[in-house]
Amino acid sequence: MKIVVCVKQVPDSAAKMAVEDGQVTWGDAPLVLNPWDEYGVEAALVQQEAHGGDVTVITMGGESAQEALKTALAMGCGQAILISDPALKGADSQAAAQVLAAAIKKIGDVDLAFFGKQAIDGDMGVTAAQTARFLGWPMISIVSVVQNLDEGGRTIRVERSVEEGRQIVEGKLPAVVSVSKDIGEPRYPSFMGIRKASRAQIPAWTLADLGIQAPTSVVHWPEVMNPPVREITTEIISGSSPQEAAEKLADKILEEKVL
Amino acid sequence: MSDNKILAYIDQFKGEALPASWEVLGAAHTLADQLGGQAIALVLGADAKAVADEAFQHGAAEVYYCDDASLADYRPEPYTAVVSKVAKEQDPAVILLPTTTRGREIAAMISVDLNTGVLPDVTALEVDGGKVVATRPVYAGKLISKVYCDAKPPVITTRVRAFAKPEPDASHTGTPVRVDAVMPENDIQSQVTGYTQAEGGVSLADANVIVSGGRGVSNNPSLTPPAGMDEKQAEIWRAQQGFKLVNDLASVLGGAVGASRAAVDAGYIPYPHQVGQTGKVVSPDIYIACGISGAIQHLAGMRTSKVIVAINKDAEAPIFKLARFGVVGDLYEILPALTEAFRKRLNK
Repeated sequence: MKIVVCVKQVPDSAAKMAVEDGQVTWGDAPLVLNPWDEYGVEAALVQQEAHGGDVTVITMGGESAQEALKTALAMGCGQAILISDPALKGADSQAAAQVLAAAIKKIGDVDLAFFGKQAIDGDMGVTAAQTARFLGWPMISIVSVVQNLDEGGRTIRVERSVEEGRQIVEGKLPAVVSVSKDIGEPRYPSFMGIRKASRAQIPAWTLADLGIQAPTSVVHWPEVMNPPVREITTEIISGSSPQEAAEKLADKILEEKVL
Repeated sequence: MSDNKILAYIDQFKGEALPASWEVLGAAHTLADQLGGQAIALVLGADAKAVADEAFQHGAAEVYYCDDASLADYRPEPYTAVVSKVAKEQDPAVILLPTTTRGREIAAMISVDLNTGVLPDVTALEVDGGKVVATRPVYAGKLISKVYCDAKPPVITTRVRAFAKPEPDASHTGTPVRVDAVMPENDIQSQVTGYTQAEGGVSLADANVIVSGGRGVSNNPSLTPPAGMDEKQAEIWRAQQGFKLVNDLASVLGGAVGASRAAVDAGYIPYPHQVGQTGKVVSPDIYIACGISGAIQHLAGMRTSKVIVAINKDAEAPIFKLARFGVVGDLYEILPALTEAFRKRLNK
C-alpha cells in the first residue's frame, strides 16, 4: 500500500490571532502541524500497519514548513517531501491542489491520499476535493472509520459522517480520503521517532521538479481584519436560591426577544 | 448587464431541501438585484422535482433539476458533473451553494471543472464595482477577511444561518426544466452501500438555541455512581447525568446540545456535538454554556452567538467575559430550575 498524507503548517490553535499594520500575527505561538492533519497522519499510519507499504507526508510551504513534516515523521511516516517554490507565494487553494496533485503523480503508484478535514488557518476545507478532481480520483470525505481496505479488489470501504447520519461508502482505489476526528486520537511522536525526524534530510521539490508551471491563483485576500469588538456588559444574575436565580435568568433571556 | 444569472444550488437530502438551501436562494436574489439579473436554481436527486417546485415558491425565476437514479444517493463525482454541465450551459455570473458537507465539496470540485476560484463559508456578500466581495471568518472567526475571485464565475458557499431565508410564496410557480445526468453508473468510482440516520434532535448548524456542556458537567461529588465502576467510568457516568440536565433545557427551548472539546475528549459525549475550532463553528440566537470555562478554541467557535449565557461555579472563568448573562453557581442546581422556569413561561 503506497500512501501519501497531505498536510499544512499553521499557527497553534491556542494562538491569539491579531492584525497589526495590515499583517496577520500570532504572537509567540508556535507554528504546528494542522490539528486536523494529525488525524490524516494517524489514519494513514493505521492502514500502513495493517497492510504494509509506506507513508509519505507532503506539504507545500516555505522552509519552516519542514517542522510540520518532522512532526509527521516523528509520528511514524517513512518519508517527507517539502514542495517549495518562490512562485507559489500567495497560492490559493486551487493552486495548492494542483501542486499536490502533481506531487502525488510524481511520487507514483499512490493508492491512497489522506487529508485532514480542513486547515485551521484559512478554514477553507476544499483542498482535498480539489486535489481529487485534479487527479480524477474518487473523493471520499469526512471519513470516521475505515472499515475495510481490499488491496486485491482495489477498494476501500468507509463510514463517513454527514449532517443526517452515517453513510457507508465503497470507493475504488486510488482514492482521496479526508478524515474527521472520529477516526481516532492521533498518536504522540515516539522518542525514537523524534530522534529520527530531527536527523531527517527532507527533499525539497520545486515546480520545475514537478514539471509544471506556476498555477494561477484567482482568489485574492485584499483585507484581513480583527473582528468587530463586541460591547458586552455582563450581568451576573443571583438570587437567594437557585430557583430564584433561574427565574430571573429566564425572564432576562426572554426580554432579549430572541426566543 | 441586466441579464446576469445567479445560480443557487439547492441541497436536498432524501427529497427534502435543507433550510440552508433557501438562504442561498435569498442571497442569490440580493446579488441578482445588485448585479442586475435573476436568481436561478438547480436541484439534484431522486426526488428533485418536488424540491424544484418549492424553489419557485422561494423565488427562483428558473429551476433546473436532474432526477436520475444515479443521483439517488449523493456522490461527489456524478453530482459535480451535472452542476458543472449546467453551469457551462447557463453561464452564471456567480454560483452560490450552502456550506453543507455536500455543498462545500461540490463547490470545490466545480471550481476545478470551471477553472475558477472558490470562496467557502462566507458570512456576507457585497458588490463593489461589479465585483462580488465576500466576508469570510478565518482562524475560526478569530479574524475576518475580505476575499474575491477574479475568475468567472466565483463559486461561493454561504454559511448556514448567515443569510435570510425568503418567505415562500405559494402563488409563485413555474415549470422546472429537466436536465440529464452526465455520468453513466459504470463510470462512477464509488457507491453508497449503507446509511444510518442520526439520532433525532436539532442539528448544531441549524439551531436557534444551543445548550452546551463542558468538563464541569461531571463535577457533582454528591451523585453516587452504580457499584462496580472504576474512577473513569464513574466520571463519565456523572457527566452523563449532567448532560441529561443540559439536554432537558435544550429540549424545552427547542435547541441543540453542544459540548466543549474537553468534554468530548473526556468521553462524556460524542464528537459531533463539539463546538469550537476543531469542532463546529456555530452562531445561534442563544448559546448557554454550562460548566464550560471558555478556552480560546471554544470561544472561537461560538463568539458570534447573539446572546451568550454562562453558568459556571468559577466566577473567574473566561466564558463570563463573552456572556451577556452569567450565573455563578452549581449547574446541577441551576439547570433543572432554569428548565422548569422556561417550561412555565413557554407553556411546555
